[in-house]
Amino acid sequence: MYLQMGWRNIWRNPRRTIVIMTAVIIGVWAMIFLGALMRGISEQMVRNGITTLTGHIQVHHTGFRKDPVIENSIDKPEVVEAALSKILPQGARWTTRVRVDAIASNARHSGGITLVGIDPGREAGISFIGQAVTEGVYLKADDKYGIIVGKALADKFETKLGRKLVLMSQDTKGDIASRAFRITGIFRAEMETTEKQFVFVTIAAAQKMLKLGNEISEASILLTDYKGADRVADDLKRVLPSGSYDVETWRELLPLVTAVLKMYDWFIYLWFLVIFIAMGFGIVNTILMAVFERIREFGLFKALGMKPWWIVREVLTESFFLLILGMVAGNALGFLSIFALAGTGIDLSALSEGMEFAGMSRVIYPVIFIKDIVTANLVVLILGLVVSAYPAVKAARFTPVKAMAHT
Amino acid sequence: MSIEIKMAWRNIWRNSRRSVLTILAIVFATMLLVFMLSFQFGSYDTMINTAVKIHTGHVQVQAEGYRDKMDIRLVVPNPGAVDDVIKDTPEINAYTSRANAFSLVSSSDRTYGVLLTGIDPEREAKVSTLKKLVRRGEYLAQEDTDMALVGELLAENLKVDIGDELVVLGQGRDGSVAASVLKVKGIFSSGEDKFDRNSVQMSLGYFQDVFSMRGAVHEVVVLGSSLEDVKKIKKKLGAGVRSIDNDGKLVILDWMELMPGIVQSIKLDLVSGLIMYVILIVVVAFSILNTFLMAIFERTREFGVLMAIGMTPGRLMRSLFLESVTITFIGIILGIISGGMVTWYFQVHGIVISGASEFLSQYGLPERMYPQLSIFSVSIGAGIVLIITILTAIYPVLKVRRLRPVEAMTAV
Repeated sequence: MYLQMGWRNIWRNPRRTIVIMTAVIIGVWAMIFLGALMRGISEQMVRNGITTLTGHIQVHHTGFRKDPVIENSIDKPEVVEAALSKILPQGARWTTRVRVDAIASNARHSGGITLVGIDPGREAGISFIGQAVTEGVYLKADDKYGIIVGKALADKFETKLGRKLVLMSQDTKGDIASRAFRITGIFRAEMETTEKQFVFVTIAAAQKMLKLGNEISEASILLTDYKGADRVADDLKRVLPSGSYDVETWRELLPLVTAVLKMYDWFIYLWFLVIFIAMGFGIVNTILMAVFERIREFGLFKALGMKPWWIVREVLTESFFLLILGMVAGNALGFLSIFALAGTGIDLSALSEGMEFAGMSRVIYPVIFIKDIVTANLVVLILGLVVSAYPAVKAARFTPVKAMAHT
Repeated sequence: MSIEIKMAWRNIWRNSRRSVLTILAIVFATMLLVFMLSFQFGSYDTMINTAVKIHTGHVQVQAEGYRDKMDIRLVVPNPGAVDDVIKDTPEINAYTSRANAFSLVSSSDRTYGVLLTGIDPEREAKVSTLKKLVRRGEYLAQEDTDMALVGELLAENLKVDIGDELVVLGQGRDGSVAASVLKVKGIFSSGEDKFDRNSVQMSLGYFQDVFSMRGAVHEVVVLGSSLEDVKKIKKKLGAGVRSIDNDGKLVILDWMELMPGIVQSIKLDLVSGLIMYVILIVVVAFSILNTFLMAIFERTREFGVLMAIGMTPGRLMRSLFLESVTITFIGIILGIISGGMVTWYFQVHGIVISGASEFLSQYGLPERMYPQLSIFSVSIGAGIVLIITILTAIYPVLKVRRLRPVEAMTAV
């Protein structure tokens, strides 16, 4: 009976109901849609970070991360490789790299870059570079002089496929090693800084140039699912000889991204709360009006023996229907806008340098987090009922005689 | 008119609870917007000023194409002539010249690729904050030759301290090998990791010798008294430089062109902020629309009587509109006051967003941020709320137009 009464009561004044429901609909839509956009931005940042030579877990020689110099290379890669093949779960992939700061120069230009020596076959399945070569060809395993550079770097150096590029860096003996490479491929990346920063050669070529022998700078691991990273990292730490290796997950490797993720978490919930407060005033006011214009009616109920608690329940039922209807429509609208944008995304190329500056991709795709959807709906429903308690209690307090005398 | 104001005022307080709730909704929205906009503008200000003071100055004279390629051969060949033009531009407070080269810098056991910059110590101190950023050791003196200032993170990586030697190896303007030995005189820290990890400063004269610059520089950096002067300086400087620039190879760039990333990210932040605020205000608008609607519908009978005794619909509408506008203004004014107070409190004490310092330092922002209360942030915030609320108030008032006295009086 409550349900029926509640339902009929909210349609006694359809205009009023529709107005407040619109507020709830827009509010819920804003929570879900903007929440998904923010998640889209942060997910893309994580994905960019992981595929830009990070992976889910990395193993370094102790101290390499703070001081990425050639002396901090892993001198016994076979120990790491043995540990990896023992620990890693099914489906996980890994590769080894040499990574040093170097100076690149050609006849016209010179500039600082990061030289990355990769195992072309295994690297392809792990980082972005496998699919990123847009001109020329990807590295082959036995390529001694081939180098892949980013489009932005090639433009800056006014060079192109087939031209020479000289790399200089410090070798293990402390001398300046230099070696000429020929550009065999040009890659594009999500971020221009990536294109400018990294150049790729085969790991063998890098080791030879730097007199590294078979030493490596890092092992990078990609799991099937990033959620398992902490557990696998712990296992690795146990197996590897303690003290000489650092095992870190992407959260530690990308502190900036982790910080942004945390900030977005806060920001999204703050947004939910602010939007709720905005509609909360309307909900209270509307229910209050609905209650006050029915003072006589409530007086009559009470005179007929209705208990105050029942009246509270009746009013809350009305507010419940209002909220649920608004939420259903708001969710539907939110999901519709998300799906409408799922294919094309929001293209912000016009502000690409600003996006780059903020560490974002050029196109934003909304991403649905179940956690956010549930939170948004719970915030609206529970807080909505909590604020409706005020008019409900008001209604329950009318004394029958006074209320019935009210005009 | 006065009777209408009196009527509107009394009508608002006929149902005080409802009016108060409505006013509170408007106060909440205004307060939030005033605070958030002040906060945003405050952080933009800090961001721009830090970047301008550390890196670009307000306006620069460069060779065309130097900004994008940073090619050592793209030079301002005769900085003296540019200086003469600058001296004729009264808006310019300070200016200096710089030259840059990517070089390998080695300490006894480390080598890094860095951006080596030649600066004129005395003039540089007036243009940039570099001198104040020196944390250990000393800033360069005018007569110094083989002395260098090193970024804190770079010093850490190179494992060098004051008095240690650095070997510099690069490519000169004429393509020759440029090599020199510098002594670390000071270590600076700007808080911006990229700069502290990647830059070494030395005196310009010696830089020009080592890199065979033949008296040329790469940037003539100019500082006016404030960002507002930039346009004027750029125009005057442009005219002056054209007269001395025979090959037409020099360009005048302002800080926005020198740091397009900052400008666009500010735009991005502002636009996304405004979208959120407008959505928020629309939710508030629908929240209060019911109050405005009810205030009219529950008084249909009363309006019927008023019209029957000769009140014109126009006058009635005016009185009702006045009622909504008064509510709106009370809300907005209280919102500005409370928002202003909250903002002012944080403007004095600063806000620390815990855990975000690493993120913020990338933007050249300090850990403690200060919102900047300004006419601009207050008027934009209050303006958005005002426009949307007034639009909300119009719809119910228009409904009155269709009232007929007889029908209205019989309405319940």
